[in-house]
Amino acid sequence: MNLQIKLAWRNLWRNKRRTLITMASVFFAVILATLMMSIKEGMYGVMTESMVASYTGFVQVHAKGYWEDKSLDEAFLVSDSMTSVFEQDPDLTGYVSRIESFALSATETTSKGAMVVGTDVTMEKHMTNLDERLVDGQYLEPGDDAVLLGAGLAEYHKVGVGDTIVLLGQGYHGTNAAGKYPIKGIVKFGSPDLSKRLVMLPIETAQTLFGTEGQVTNLVLLLDDADQAFEAAARLQPQLGEQLEVMDWHQLVPELVDMIEADRVEGYVFMFILYMVISFGIFGTVLMMLAERRHEFGVLVAVGMKRIRLASVVLIEVVTISLIGAFAGLLGAIPVCAYFFLNPVPIGGEETGQMMEDYGFEPVIQASMDASIFIQQASIVAIVACLLAIYPFINILRINAIQAMRS
Amino acid sequence: MEQLVIETKNLSKIYEGAVEVRAVDNVDLQIQNGEFTAIVGPSGSGKTTLLNMIGGLDRPTSGSIRVNGVELSGMRENELIDFRLRHIGFVFQSYNLIPVLTARENTEFIMLMQNVDKALRNERVEKLLSEVGLSDKMDSRPSQLSGGQQQRVAVARALASKPDFVLADEPTANLDSKSTANLLDIMARLNRDEGTTFIFSTHDQRVIDRARRVITLVDGKIVSDEQR
Ligand SMILES: Nc1ncnc2c1ncn2[C@@H]1O[C@H](COP(=O)(O)OP(=O)(O)OP(=O)(O)O)[C@@H](O)[C@H]1O
Ligand SMILES: [Mg+2]
Repeated sequence: MNLQIKLAWRNLWRNKRRTLITMASVFFAVILATLMMSIKEGMYGVMTESMVASYTGFVQVHAKGYWEDKSLDEAFLVSDSMTSVFEQDPDLTGYVSRIESFALSATETTSKGAMVVGTDVTMEKHMTNLDERLVDGQYLEPGDDAVLLGAGLAEYHKVGVGDTIVLLGQGYHGTNAAGKYPIKGIVKFGSPDLSKRLVMLPIETAQTLFGTEGQVTNLVLLLDDADQAFEAAARLQPQLGEQLEVMDWHQLVPELVDMIEADRVEGYVFMFILYMVISFGIFGTVLMMLAERRHEFGVLVAVGMKRIRLASVVLIEVVTISLIGAFAGLLGAIPVCAYFFLNPVPIGGEETGQMMEDYGFEPVIQASMDASIFIQQASIVAIVACLLAIYPFINILRINAIQAMRS
Repeated sequence: MEQLVIETKNLSKIYEGAVEVRAVDNVDLQIQNGEFTAIVGPSGSGKTTLLNMIGGLDRPTSGSIRVNGVELSGMRENELIDFRLRHIGFVFQSYNLIPVLTARENTEFIMLMQNVDKALRNERVEKLLSEVGLSDKMDSRPSQLSGGQQQRVAVARALASKPDFVLADEPTANLDSKSTANLLDIMARLNRDEGTTFIFSTHDQRVIDRARRVITLVDGKIVSDEQR
C-alpha cells in the first residue's frame, strides 16, 4: 500500500498546475454549494422559528375536525386520563392549553379582525418565551383581565399600553362574546403576519369571554427535542383515542413545509448542475492523465505490477484531489457561514424582504451551521470522486502491457 | 553448470488480417543458463514478437514456451504478471523508468513488489547501481539522466529481482556509440561475473560482435544459430 500511496502522491505533484486547478474547481464548487445550502437551511430555520417554534408548536392536539372548521364548538375538556398520557410520555415536558378564535378588535375609531388566543400564560412563557417578545408593558399573570397586543395590530389601532380595546365576536354555541380589556403589553412576533393579527389573553379570561367554561381548543405540546415531533405525534394518537387529533408541525403548517421543500429541491437542482460541471472537468483531467501515462502503465505491468495495484494508484489520485479540494472548500465556507450565523443580515425593504414578510416570515438572512450541511457536501464530493475513479480503474484493470507500451 | 532456462517448441505467432503474417513461424529454441545471446534479423523478422512471447508479454498462436520447466502458454493474465515479476528481467528500448521515481526508487521498485525487506533492498540497490556506474546518481529522477544512464538504471532494475534471465529488446537502439559500448560492457561483465543470462535483440553490428551466440531470424524462422 505504501508503494501505491507514494506513486500517487508523486504523480499528483508531477503536473502541479493541473492538480491545483482541478482542486481549485472542487474548492469553489464546494464553497458555493455549501454557502448556498447553509443560507437556504438558515432561512428555513428562520421560517420555522418565526412560525412554528414561536407560535404553532411542533405538535398540537385538537378535537377531531377542529383544525378544518376552527370552530369554538369543538372545544374540549382536558381530562385526567389525557394528562396522565402526557405525563408518561418520555419526550414530553408539558403542554400549553389554548383557546383560539376570531373576533373583531375595536377602539372608538378603528376596528379590525383579530385572532384571539387565550393561553396558559405560565406554560406559554415556558414554551415560546412570549415574555421576551414584549416591546412595551408587562407580561400577563394568570387570571389577568387584560390583553397583550401584537405590535402590528397596536400600530393599526394607534393604541399603547394602558389603553383599552374591545373584543366582539361569537362565543360557544353561538352566544355573544364581548369584552373590554386594558392593554398590558405589546408583543412583536418574528412573523409580521402574526404581529398584525394577534390578541393574547390569559386562558381563564378567554374562557369567560367565549363562554367555554374550562374547555380548550388546542393543546400545544412541549417537546425536549423538536426532531421527536413526528414520532411523538404518531405515538400519542392511539393513546388519546379517536375523539382527538394529534398533528405534527408538517400537518399544522403544510404551506410552510411545501414551500421549504420546493425551495430545497431548487437548491438540489442547482447543486446537481454545479457538481455535474465540476465532474466533467475532473473527468477531462483523468482522461488526459490516463493518455499521458499509458506507456508508463505498460512498463509497470510488463515488469510485474498487478493491475489492481496500479488501478488503486489512480483511484487514490482522483480521490485525493477531490477530497483535498472539498476539505479546503469546507474550511473556506465554515467561517463565512459562521459569520452569517452569528450576524443575521436584515433584508427588509428590498423585494425579497417584502416577499418574505408577505409570506409571514421575519425578513432576515441567517446562515445555518447545521453539521449535516457540511457532511452532505463532503459526502457528495466523496461519492462523485469514487464514481469518477470507476472509469480509470476499469480501464487500467484491462490494460495490456504491449499495447500500452506502444503508445 | 549448464541448465536449460528457456525451451520453445513449434512456437508460432500468426497475425490474421488482409494478409496473414507469420511473425514467428515454428520456432524451436533452447537457451541455457549463463548465455549471452543476440537475436538478429531484418526489420519485421519477428525479433520483438519472439522476445515478447518468451517474456510472457504476448501469447503464442500455437506451440509451447517453458521457462525453467514451467509452461507459460496456459497461464492466466494475472499469473503471467506475477511470473514476470518473479522470474524475468526486462529492459525495453526506451522510456523504461517511472518518471516520478528516482534511480534508487526505480531499482528498488521490483523488490518492493516482491516484498523483499528494507535492509536487503537498500544493500542490493546500492550494489547494483554502483555496478552500472551510477552511485552518484542514485537520487536523480529519469529526466535528469542521459539516455545511456537511463538504460543502465533499467538494467539494474531488471537484475534487482534476481530473475532467471534478462530480456532486452534493442536496448541500445536510442544510444550513441559510447553509451552503447558502455552498456554492453556492463551487461557482459554481469554475465561473466554473476552468471546472469542475457537475451537481447539488435540491429547494431558492434553489439552483435559482443554476443557469444547469435540467432538470426528471417520471416519468423531461425535461419542460422552460431556459437562463438
Ligand atoms: N500487433 C500486430 N498486428 C499485426 N501484425 C503485427 C503486429 N505486431 C507485429 N506484427 C507483424 O509481425 C512481424 C514481426 O514483427 P516484429 O515487431 O516482431 O519484428 P522485429 O523483428 O522486432 O522488427 P524491428 O527490427 O523493426 O523491431 C512484422 O511483419 C509485423 O508487421
Ligand atoms: Mg522489434
